[in-house]
Amino acid sequence: MTYDVIMIRYGELALKGRNRDIFEETLMRSVKEVLRPFEQAKVRRSYGRMYVELNGEDADGIIERLQRVFGIISISPTKRVEATEEAIKEGALELIRSMTPAPATFRVVTRRADKRFPHSSMDVSRMIGTHILRNVAGIKVDLHHPEAVVQIEIRAEGTFLSSQTVPGAGGLPVGASGKVLLLLSGGIDSPVAGWMMMKRGVTLEAIHFHSPPFTSERSLQKVRDLAHKLVAWGGNIRLHVVPFTDIQTAIRNSCPEDYLITIMRRFMMRIAQRIAGDNKALALATGESLGQVASQTLESMNTITSVVNIPILRPLVSMDKVEIMNIARKIDTYELSILPFEDCCTIFTPKNPVTRPKPEQAARFERRLDVEALVDSAVERTEVEEITTTSLEAGAELF
Amino acid sequence: MIYLDNSATTKPYPEVVEVVGKVMETYYGNPSSLHQRGVEAEQVMKQARQIAAKALLVKPGEIYFTSGGTESNNTAIKGVAMEYRGRGKHIITTQIEHPAVYDVCGQLEQFGYDVTYLPADADGRISVEDLKQAVRPDTILVSVMHVNNELGTVQPIEEIGAYLKQFPKIVFHVDAVQSFGKVPFLINQWGIDLLSISAHKFHGPRGVGILFKREGLKIQPLLIGGGQEAGVRSGTENLAAIAGMAKAIRIMEEKREKAAALYTEMTTRLRKGIESIPGCIINTPAANTAPHILNFSVPGVKAEVLLHTLEEAGFLVSTRSACSSKLNEPSRVLMATGMGRERALSAIRLSVGADNRPEEMDQFVEVLRDAVQRLRPYMNV
Repeated sequence: MTYDVIMIRYGELALKGRNRDIFEETLMRSVKEVLRPFEQAKVRRSYGRMYVELNGEDADGIIERLQRVFGIISISPTKRVEATEEAIKEGALELIRSMTPAPATFRVVTRRADKRFPHSSMDVSRMIGTHILRNVAGIKVDLHHPEAVVQIEIRAEGTFLSSQTVPGAGGLPVGASGKVLLLLSGGIDSPVAGWMMMKRGVTLEAIHFHSPPFTSERSLQKVRDLAHKLVAWGGNIRLHVVPFTDIQTAIRNSCPEDYLITIMRRFMMRIAQRIAGDNKALALATGESLGQVASQTLESMNTITSVVNIPILRPLVSMDKVEIMNIARKIDTYELSILPFEDCCTIFTPKNPVTRPKPEQAARFERRLDVEALVDSAVERTEVEEITTTSLEAGAELF
Repeated sequence: MIYLDNSATTKPYPEVVEVVGKVMETYYGNPSSLHQRGVEAEQVMKQARQIAAKALLVKPGEIYFTSGGTESNNTAIKGVAMEYRGRGKHIITTQIEHPAVYDVCGQLEQFGYDVTYLPADADGRISVEDLKQAVRPDTILVSVMHVNNELGTVQPIEEIGAYLKQFPKIVFHVDAVQSFGKVPFLINQWGIDLLSISAHKFHGPRGVGILFKREGLKIQPLLIGGGQEAGVRSGTENLAAIAGMAKAIRIMEEKREKAAALYTEMTTRLRKGIESIPGCIINTPAANTAPHILNFSVPGVKAEVLLHTLEEAGFLVSTRSACSSKLNEPSRVLMATGMGRERALSAIRLSVGADNRPEEMDQFVEVLRDAVQRLRPYMNV
């Protein structure tokens, strides 16, 4: 069966009133973005549905991409026919004959959204069912547990036949819920946190702290690659790369070892808050999970976030490592995350980091540093990279 | 000169040559180096791996770059033999394998392994029934080629894989050197654990190939050293060749359907033409064969004599697997099909490639007709 249109269904969620248009526009943008490599495919929408006209592009490849777009409830490859009895009959027959293995039982489900069509839904189902029964040897109707369902949608924009419904990723389309700045390290957790935020419809920007020469170009590339994996779920990601070496050296030179991580993370929060403000992000997101490491105790979180007043979202806070790893595998970031490169959190690992740091204590140590100047300088030297579905790597021109 | 020896090796696509040169010039870093040059080289390799994985419908982590078909086959077979020798020492392969499998099994016999060589029928095809009979409790490996390099016969890989699914402890290796790009295969659906590919058979560079190894399968590495390729194949990666291979895969993917139609048209023309020449016998079976190989015999004429006669007339052909063509013995593969010694000694293999044109096949048939005519008086009938 060669399909010519893919029908996209999205939920009624958040579709009330004026939100609906924003929702649909946002979803449309995501869909167009992930389908960019399929040059011939055309995306269009019509009330309550979205359609991808294949124009010869590979249906399976497109469905695979669409399954990773948040906001889509389900996807059906369809065949478009004329809105005439003959054409529907012929198309439905072709559809059922193309199924492998050949189904023993079937039913026809009709939706007549376009009431100008002269027959009722029930009539159409009956008519087409009869036509199939007459022309396919041995096949029977089973209304309750059919092996195949022929779906007919008669709509103003066309009549669509399909037999397959593939589940989508659900959630809200990326961009429908405002912007969040994700603290993206090279670890397992932060990409998962980013993915979970995207699922709720936020536009993600990412911030990464880069400490050359302590951390290498490879570890930065790993972060780009991770962001690139997230882009596959809709929307581009702007990656802010903060030069962090000076701050780390300054902390190391003047603060006690057990407080290194705490103070380092306080600096990260300050910088992230500034970058968020400059880019209209209303919250930060982190991959913290309660009790996972010393810097993720409640006391730590409290001490770390007491220097900022922006909401900090921690979608993984109550998850355990196994759950997080399972999601990482599902979204294909796990293999990348476990590549062994130094990141800014591993180079300064003290033997005994404090597990119950106090904000006053941390503040007292920080008095030895010119906090404002350090933060200003880091923000100023931050570089932004755009991560898109087609982000180029060295050598891409070769292939 | 018209080149009809593409099963021996192919002429690289000009784009492949360009990529190889560009990588040597620009991405000369060692992919394992930590500096920028190294990172760039690593990125090139990563993309090449992705292209290969996509073409084979497997994961990038299941692609191991090797120096070619021979190394892939050796790594697969010896790797399994060594890893699982505690489990058993019985290996099943066929009488019609390429020496890179057949002789490796022979070598393992000297090391105390027990090898069953499955026979082939007149078409050069092995039977799944024979394989079922041969499986024993101590069988650790089944190694069967997909497309035979001398005859073009396609082996029942899917059926073998389906049968072997009931023996999770038997590793299934497929030598796909002659099939990649010509006859499709589905690694995962067919239950293939290891698979060998060589770039110079599909207009890529020589000295580079792929070993597919299913995720989770452990084998002993043949080459040990720096731990490249996840420890399965140490040695600094031949990045230029690897990139060239990826380029060739990409071109091949684009042209796949057209190429298949073109190859089929050319071998069909050859078959029809050669059949019409008295004294010529087609050895390649009519059905279930690869589209690019056609083997025929002119009994009574020594293959080498015919080969040189054809060469004088502008056609480059082969007597059999190029790797063993210098021996003055009839082909082991052809003899395994049960054909007579004389017919086997006079076998010529034609193999077409991307650069050949259908008209050349008609020209070839005419040249052959003429050559057979001229050689007839000297035939030792």
